Amino acid sequence: MKVVLKKRSVLPGFGLAMGWTLFYLCLIVLIPLSTLFIKSASLSWAQFWSAAASPRALASYRLSFGASLIAALINGVFGLVVAWILVRYRFPFRRLVDGLVDLPFALPTAVAGIVLTTLYSPNGWLGSPLRRAGIKVDYTPFGIMVALTFIGLPFVVRTIQPVLEDLDVGVEEAAYSLGANLWQTFYRVLLPEILPAWITGCTLAFARALGEYGSVVFIAGNMPLRTEITPLLIMTKLDQYDYAGASAIAAVFLIASFCLLLGINILQRRRTALAVLD
Amino acid sequence: MRARARTRTDPALIRRSLIVTGLLFLGLFLFLPLMAVFSNALAKGISGYLGAIKEPDAWSAIRLTLLAAGIVVPLNVVFGLAAAWAIAKFDFSGRGFLITLIDVPFSVSPVISGMIFVLLFGAQGLLGGWLRRHDIKIIFAVPGIVLATIFVTFPFVARELIPLMQVLGSDEEEAALTLGASGWRTFLRITLPNVKWSLLYGVILCNARAMGEFGAVSVVSGHVRGLTNTMPLYVEILYNDYQFVPAFAVASLLTLLALVTLVAKSLVEWKSESTHPAAGSAER
Repeated sequence: MKVVLKKRSVLPGFGLAMGWTLFYLCLIVLIPLSTLFIKSASLSWAQFWSAAASPRALASYRLSFGASLIAALINGVFGLVVAWILVRYRFPFRRLVDGLVDLPFALPTAVAGIVLTTLYSPNGWLGSPLRRAGIKVDYTPFGIMVALTFIGLPFVVRTIQPVLEDLDVGVEEAAYSLGANLWQTFYRVLLPEILPAWITGCTLAFARALGEYGSVVFIAGNMPLRTEITPLLIMTKLDQYDYAGASAIAAVFLIASFCLLLGINILQRRRTALAVLD
Repeated sequence: MRARARTRTDPALIRRSLIVTGLLFLGLFLFLPLMAVFSNALAKGISGYLGAIKEPDAWSAIRLTLLAAGIVVPLNVVFGLAAAWAIAKFDFSGRGFLITLIDVPFSVSPVISGMIFVLLFGAQGLLGGWLRRHDIKIIFAVPGIVLATIFVTFPFVARELIPLMQVLGSDEEEAALTLGASGWRTFLRITLPNVKWSLLYGVILCNARAMGEFGAVSVVSGHVRGLTNTMPLYVEILYNDYQFVPAFAVASLLTLLALVTLVAKSLVEWKSESTHPAAGSAER
């Protein structure tokens, strides 16, 4: 069997472009990232385990994965509603609202962090009415979910929007005129079409929330075992010059995130494969 | 855009309650925070606001942020163009894998992105001893900030260019070469004009992230006031010192940058869709 490494092409510059791409990729991404694994590999198994599976680390994984999942699901529900009204309905300032959806992409996370903390503080615009109702958001896991929902907001909206735009309204109308009720039309006709994009959007929001640091540290209160997310625990270990412990936790956390990315890619490939079959 | 009367599948009641739900959600999570930034920044009036921004430490943070973005964005543009040229114009095995590798920084937590440079260049790092002997400071200094920012913004330009250049193909370039144009001339006269809007789009996103990055920069900076504080780090220091008005004043500058970014992004999207209608929809 002959493996074709590169097909012949009349265009010049492959060597230069490819060389620079690989050089820069190694210099900036691959070599620095590999140090994390070199550092983790220098630990004995017992050292690695005691750092990566300490009660404090386990509590932080639970909180990070749990809060990110809930935030992704909140975005899944409301992101779908937002995408739907932006594509299907006409209302005042629709364009402005559409543009504003990307704000969490553009707003520095530290700004998001301090403004959300101020909003939900005891004297804040949202904090004081919530306090009176007996709900405390800042310095609790709720606060973390609020920050992570903000950060992940654009993902679901932006992945579902193009699918909704391409969807033929006639199919829904046909289902409806053939006697399906609203719920059946949604469940049987719409949902199968948007489900892959919805899952992709939720996964992207989840992945983004997992690693998030800036918007969370201000509102979380950062109490070990209670409101300490994994990126913050890594930061604390670094501040204490415990590089070995930080590496072990980071390696575990990073591998989990990579598995997620891989999952998204496989999902998307299946989606395009299905689209080609159609 | 289809604008058609839709009365058959969703009754007005459902339509209205969906609009209200969606707008309430966005109001709570987007509009209210946006208002709160400016309201807190102006809590002590215009003079308090301007006073906070005129602080020397604020100026040095602004200068450092501009400097870092000024180094990071051009480097990532050159990389993005090289990667897109190699991946979109040539057929070689392992292309998909290469694209996945380019996307890797997106799935790395900002804190870990900063940490790997500490592990490499820090005092106890792999190259720490060698750097100290040669009196080169990377961590807790400007080079570390630049490196961490390059890592975090690494994929932005490349991932805008690669899909567009794949859709455009290389017919025009081949024609130019056949007619006797040199490789560089073909690139500058054919390829670059064809992808200019996507390139600009990537630059806008890359710049916004470079100026706003917090977690990664926080790990490598060491928080030396007036020396290694970027704007987001300076905001954090002020906020933790309970200097809320100055913190929000600097934060409002970053928020304005975010709003300018959104407007520029929409303009470029609109422009690129009118230049490559087919490619535009394939891209997003």
